[in-house]
Formats: sequence, C-alpha cells, structure tokens
Amino acid sequence: MTMLGFTGVGKRFADGTTALADIDFDVAPGEFVSVVGPSGCGKTSLLRIAAGLSTASEGTVRRETDRVGYVFQDPTLLPWRTVQSNVELLAELRHLSKRERRERADEAIELVGLSDFAGHRPGQLSGGMRMRVSLARSLTVDPELFLFDEPFGALDEITRQRLGDELLRLFRLRGFAGLMVTHSVTEAVYLSTRVLVLSDRPGRVIGDFAVPFGHPRSPELRFEDDFTHLAGKISACLRGGAG
Amino acid sequence: MIRRFAPPVLVLLAATGLWYAASLLLLSEEERFLMPLPHDVLAIGFGDPDNLAELLTALALSAQVAMSGLVIAFVVGVGLAVAMSQAKWVERSLYPYAVLLQTIPVLALVPLFGFWFGFGFGSRVLVCVLIALFPLIANTLFGLRSVNSAQLDLFALHGAGRWTRLWKLQFPAALPAIFTGLRISAGLSVIGAVVGDFFFKQGEPGIGILIDLYRSRLQSEQMFAAVLLASALGIAVFWFFGFLARRVVGSWHESVRDPAAVS
Repeated sequence: MTMLGFTGVGKRFADGTTALADIDFDVAPGEFVSVVGPSGCGKTSLLRIAAGLSTASEGTVRRETDRVGYVFQDPTLLPWRTVQSNVELLAELRHLSKRERRERADEAIELVGLSDFAGHRPGQLSGGMRMRVSLARSLTVDPELFLFDEPFGALDEITRQRLGDELLRLFRLRGFAGLMVTHSVTEAVYLSTRVLVLSDRPGRVIGDFAVPFGHPRSPELRFEDDFTHLAGKISACLRGGAG
Repeated sequence: MIRRFAPPVLVLLAATGLWYAASLLLLSEEERFLMPLPHDVLAIGFGDPDNLAELLTALALSAQVAMSGLVIAFVVGVGLAVAMSQAKWVERSLYPYAVLLQTIPVLALVPLFGFWFGFGFGSRVLVCVLIALFPLIANTLFGLRSVNSAQLDLFALHGAGRWTRLWKLQFPAALPAIFTGLRISAGLSVIGAVVGDFFFKQGEPGIGILIDLYRSRLQSEQMFAAVLLASALGIAVFWFFGFLARRVVGSWHESVRDPAAVS
C-alpha cells in the first residue's frame, strides 16, 4: 500500500524549462521521506505536484487520500485572525460544523503547546510560534499525508531543532506519511525514515537512503557515529549530483 | 501628551503670529480686507449668529454632497476593483479608463455636467464621484492583489472557490489599502464639493458658493471664516477615516497599529 506514488513524473514549464525528469518513488504509510537537492532543482514543484496544486507534464501521480496537510515555507497565517481562528480556517473551508471546527482547533493548538496564545494575533508571536500555528492548522484536517516545504528554513538553529523534535513527536502520535523538502541534510536524516537526493535541474532522483534509526529519537542522535556517517554519505551524493 | 501636542500647537501659534504681523505691518487700514485680523474673522464670521447660521447651513449642504459622492465612489470603486481582480479581461478593458479618469482634468468637465444634468444636487455629487473614484479603484485593486501565492495555494488546496477566496482572504487583506483609498478620496470629495459650487451657482448655496459670494462682496472676514470651515471639513473627514481604520484593522495591520502593542 502506498500513500503517494510518483511514476516517471516530469515537469516542464510554459517557458520551456524542465524542473523535474523521470521521478519514481513511493511514500508508504508510516514513512517520512525527505527530499534534499540543490536550489532550483524542482523540489517545490515536486511537492506542489504531490499536493495537486500543479500537474505533472509527464508520468502519473497516485495519491490515496484527500486528507493532505501542507506546511509552507512561510507560515501563511492570516494576520487579521487570531491563532484560534487561523487554526479553524481549514475546517471552515471544508464546511465542518462550528462545534467540530472548535474541537479540532482546540486539540491541535494544545498539541503544539499554544493554548495560552489562542487569542493572540500572528503579529504578536515569534517566528517559531507562528510555525507551530501553521502546523496546528494542518493538523486539523487529520492528515494522512503531510507535505512540508522547507518548513523551518527561516528560523534560527535552536528554534529549528525544537520544532524538529516537535514534528517527530507529532509523527509518532498521529502516524501520518510525511514528505519533506529541505536544504539541510542533518535535518533530513534526523526527521526521516528515508532520504531522497535530487540532482541539479532538471531534478532526478540520484540517491535513495534508508534511515535505520528507530523512534523516539533524541537530539543527541545527531552526534552519534552512525548518524554523521550517513549524513556524510548523503552530502557526498548531493555534491556529486550538483557537480 | 505634551510631547505629542506641543510642537503642532507651537507651529499654529507661530502661523497666527505671522498672520497678525502680515496684517498689521504690511497692510494699511484700507488694504486690511486682504487679510483681516484673526480675531475679526472669529468675531464677525463665527460670532454673528446670522452669519454663523448661513455658514453652517452651507457647510452641511457641502458635507452632504461630499459624503454622498464618497459613498457612491466607494461602492462603484470597490465593485469595479473586485470585478477587475476576478477576471483579467475586465481589468484589461477598464483599468486604462480608470487611469484616464485620473489624468484628464475632471473639473474641465464640470460645465458639461451642468449642461446635461442641471445645476442641482445630482451634478454636484457626480463631480465628487468622478474626482474620488480613482484612488478607491487603485487602492482596492492593490489590496486585493496583496495576498501572496502561498496563501492562494492554501485556499486552493482545501477546495475554496472564488467567492470564499474573495471574502475570506482577498477582501480582509485589502482592508488597510481600502482605508488608505478612503482617506485620500474623502479629502478629494470635499474638494469636489467646494469646487463644484464655483461652477453651479444656482440652487441652495454650499460653502463654495458662499466663499465666492463673500469674495464678490469684499466681505473678507466672512470669506476667511468660510475658508476655515471648508478646511475643517476636509480635516475632519481625513481624521475620521484614520480613526475608523485604526478601529477596524489597527489590531493586526502595522501601518495603523499603535507601536506599543507590538511585542
């Protein structure tokens, strides 16, 4: 069973540039797959195609669920809404009842530890807290497939690691299938069960690494030999592909 | 409080001082009607009950003209901007004419309106509408466009249609810009009401007609009082929409938020 399957997927834009070529991979339930690659290799295009926001020019994409969470690079909160109301947005767009919206939002806000801030507006929160709100918002659709587009890219190192641990906890708790695009090899290895390496544009899969570490994972894992060895192998593959 | 209000009050005092100086030192007794002393303006223009009643009646009429024009310009301007934001072809067809409206001297058309629609309330309002329309279209359109592509993606991903997107995303995002447009257009609309009067001398007199009348009768204290009142109307509407903007979007939008509220 797969949650998401790409077969021979390619993406060409109207201006003639080719972003992706011959992409084949599956994401199974319980898997968390990270995609690393040089800038401009089509990582974001890949996520957009997975979400159905963009269509593939070639090949086929199978997605087994409509419960898709998508966390953007920017938290994309609506500044005029409170945290509570921002988190209720998706349930609102999906026409759920007021009570249902409220329950889901309350639960999600509590999961990311922001219950005390439910009445605040995004402008009053730190960057890390805004990203938590964004996570909570996606959690309300109870995603079976969770897509992340460099979610922590704009944050400082400490916040980034904290949110990484948060994400691992949510992954274990909710059991969604994850697909994340990131620049950071360390982050990819730490969070994932599998890491794919894309080449320069047009992006092709040039490396597929299983991450053998079990859960729960703790921050010290980053400094263990097995971890640094794997991260080194992935970095080497990335450099080879980037030329 | 003192820090905030003292500087402008000082400037006001200095300006009044200059006024007195110009009036007393530069002008002889016979020429003083060119720049009557401030206390004479207050005493004759506002102190005389008949004069005051005449001025306030005219001001009320002008305010009514300006606000009717603004309301119509708001409805039409926001409506057109929404239509343009929803379909590229509407924008391509209409926006050039909106710009044209801004570039042609609308006041040159005023005599034409008199020709076609008479010299009453309707024509005066029309002048205000035309003069106030463009900033509302331009600012609203800019505001509706200010949503970023990730926010649009978010709405698309969760099945939001065009109207949901407009109502829950684009329109709230556009509110600060709409208020900016309202502030500009409110001032323009007052100008339109006063200038319209200069052309439409029939009918009930607005403040512009009074200014012209006092000018022709060399009643300069009354004229200065009328000019001050017309200015006060412009300042009042500008202030009012600033106040309204702070009430409505001040809690989340930086440009109108009290800096102390940001943590």
